[in-house]
Amino acid sequence: MIDFLREVGAWFADPANWTGNRGLPGLLSAHVGLTLASLAVSAVLALPAAVYLGHKRRGGALVVSVVNIGRAVPTFGVMGVIFPLTLAFSATARPLGYWATFVAMVLLAMPPMFVNAYTGVRDVDPALVEAARGMGMTDRQVLTDVELPLALPLVMAGIRTAAVAVVATVTLSAWLGYGSLGTYVFVGFAQRDQVLVFVGGLAVAVLAVITELGLGGLERLVDPLRAIRRRRR
Amino acid sequence: MTIDWDWIRRNLLEGSIWQATQEHLMHTVIAVGVGLIVSFALSLAVLRWPRTYAPITWVTGILYTIPSIALFTFLVPIFGLTSIFTAQVALVSYTLLILIRNIVAGIRGVPDHVVEASRGMGMTERRIFLDVQLPLALPAIIAGVRVAAVTTVGLVTLTVIVGQGGYGLFILRGIGRRFLTEALVGTLLAVLMAIVIDRGLVLLERLATPWAQRRRPA
Amino acid sequence: MIRLESVRKVFPGATAPAVTSLSLEIPEGEFVTLVGPSGCGKTTTLKMINRIIEPTSGTIEVGGQDVLSIEPHLLRRSIGYVIQQVGLLPHRTVEQNIATVPRLLGWPRDRIEARVAELVEMVGLEHEMRDRYPAELSGGQQQRVGVARALAADPPVLLMDEPFGAVDPIVREHLQMEFKDLWRRLGKTVVFVTHDIDEAVRMGTRVAILNIGGVLEQYDRPEEILANPASEFVARFLGEERGLRRLGLLPVSSATLERGPVVDVSAGPTEARAVMDRHEVDWVGLLDGNRLLGWVPASEIGSTPLRDLEPREFLVRLRPDDSLRRALDAVVTSRTRVGVVVGDEGYLGMLDVETVAEEITE
Repeated sequence: MIDFLREVGAWFADPANWTGNRGLPGLLSAHVGLTLASLAVSAVLALPAAVYLGHKRRGGALVVSVVNIGRAVPTFGVMGVIFPLTLAFSATARPLGYWATFVAMVLLAMPPMFVNAYTGVRDVDPALVEAARGMGMTDRQVLTDVELPLALPLVMAGIRTAAVAVVATVTLSAWLGYGSLGTYVFVGFAQRDQVLVFVGGLAVAVLAVITELGLGGLERLVDPLRAIRRRRR
Repeated sequence: MTIDWDWIRRNLLEGSIWQATQEHLMHTVIAVGVGLIVSFALSLAVLRWPRTYAPITWVTGILYTIPSIALFTFLVPIFGLTSIFTAQVALVSYTLLILIRNIVAGIRGVPDHVVEASRGMGMTERRIFLDVQLPLALPAIIAGVRVAAVTTVGLVTLTVIVGQGGYGLFILRGIGRRFLTEALVGTLLAVLMAIVIDRGLVLLERLATPWAQRRRPA
Repeated sequence: MIRLESVRKVFPGATAPAVTSLSLEIPEGEFVTLVGPSGCGKTTTLKMINRIIEPTSGTIEVGGQDVLSIEPHLLRRSIGYVIQQVGLLPHRTVEQNIATVPRLLGWPRDRIEARVAELVEMVGLEHEMRDRYPAELSGGQQQRVGVARALAADPPVLLMDEPFGAVDPIVREHLQMEFKDLWRRLGKTVVFVTHDIDEAVRMGTRVAILNIGGVLEQYDRPEEILANPASEFVARFLGEERGLRRLGLLPVSSATLERGPVVDVSAGPTEARAVMDRHEVDWVGLLDGNRLLGWVPASEIGSTPLRDLEPREFLVRLRPDDSLRRALDAVVTSRTRVGVVVGDEGYLGMLDVETVAEEITE
């Protein structure tokens, strides 16, 4: 075990692993780039609709079914199905495997983003909304001044959940031939190189934990009730 | 791109779809079953010593946050590249947080006055747990098992990476051959299995909690 | 000031109308309480005035303007609104909450600041509380902020939906009294929904009693309603202690006071005994000019001059604006079986059980 960890250490110490296509910085940036792109697109697709439906307090049944179906669909399978369908895109600027992963990640990220934003806005105390309307806030002001600030922590929680899931799952792009931190795992299994497998897993795990903690911190920062929670402590 | 019906017919007849189904189900049942046993033991500890709740949810929470593939790779140096243990230890780890939370919340959610009344009638603590708290917590526990089972069915598609069978094999081969039909069959069968297990657990809950099903006469 | 004309509300999917056809006029500066059992449409009626609920048909005018002709949010900025759950914005401080409507109206910052300071004082909050968040306030304090927030832009009309329903009885009574005082000072038109008949008659200058479906059973001054219920329903709703409730609304000054068995200390013992005989009592009240000194029992009146006796205190001295209910309580608990009334000018007279009883049956 000690020997094994020493070998892992030696891998990180080897300058050759820090440059080029297979270098850690290159694969890391590919991994993060794909993650950010797919998160941005799913946020654009999911959040406005979720906020609108939450504000109108409509579509609860839809949300439940989205969650249930979303949880039952294996993302690896989605990638496998989309992959052959995206072969036509292989001529574009992005390498093969990018688009299939991208689409699958968008689909993976949308349910948690949608559900959290939807429930966050919908579950704002109705008495509060009535009081706000009663004072003469317009529909838009009720949304921007009352519902959105109070829903913000939940919206952020949805983004965090989605981001952690996507960071973890982008790893699978390596099986589709698109370089990410998963490439170490993929190549490691192919070459029966346990050290390389471990290095890949470690890198993905560290990235996931950083994402979780970083966005968790951001979530507390945007909490409109932060000041009072802090004061009460 | 069209569906290759002939491939589906052939694999149905040759039994490879049936075999993958058995493997997939086996992995799911083992993972959820072992997860349930471990979670139950840990939940009992939490209920007896409430102070253990925070550390137990902290550790299982970390296990839950670690990406599944990363967890596989951490187990590789211990169990090897293609071991069922590599797959199962990871799968079981993922069920713990959900199950423990639901079991503990379910038991704690039993109204105090019900427990007090049982105690007042002279029931032993053990009997109160088995005859009162556990049955009343069943809906919450089954809700946890449903989430754990559906999640596990999805994760088992990844165990092909550590050399296990199941529907993941179709998906992986479909990707390798850029063959839509095979990946699609693997995916849809996994979804189907998740739905069937979920519905089955709902049915089980209905049968096990008749008091919650009947409505007061109007 | 506020006029409802054949107002009707049928909620979608409901079998019966929540409000069938209600006409009601609320003159400027009145404090009108809407009271009735659940399902009588009192809250629906209130919420139609500021269009939180849209009427199905009929007209509602506020200040001579048809509310349906005004944009709802603009209408609402000119009407104060207080609800039972208060609905303070939890992420805004007390100060920011009070400033909500002035800010919506685009007041300059210094004007808002001055107004908030004024309101904080007006509703009896400490100035330190301005920077607190709602969760840091007690229920009673929250509703004070709710009232201040509703008054912020100085609207001529205030709508209140069971505003003191969620606080405990002692705080509630306090808030009721304070708010009634505030209303006297500000002269707003108030529409106040409650299910509590005591609150309705105590707070309102006029009470509207509604039956299921928004049927107006009686609309009058509270004393009048208690004295002459218009229907069986109203009588039942007022309950068995109707007479006592009415006494609670009438001041002592409305009753006919008698001079009673009193003598001036300058008089002699013989005159004192004559007064006692005439009134058939075994005690006499002592006056020094207009000043009521107390009373002495017959047994202590001998040959000593009255001025040298040590009179006993009356347990309760009523003021003219005390309620007759309080007077009745003073009568039945006192040794002398009377209630003495003393005003700023001195002794005014006394009343006994019969006097009070006459007021009940009147």
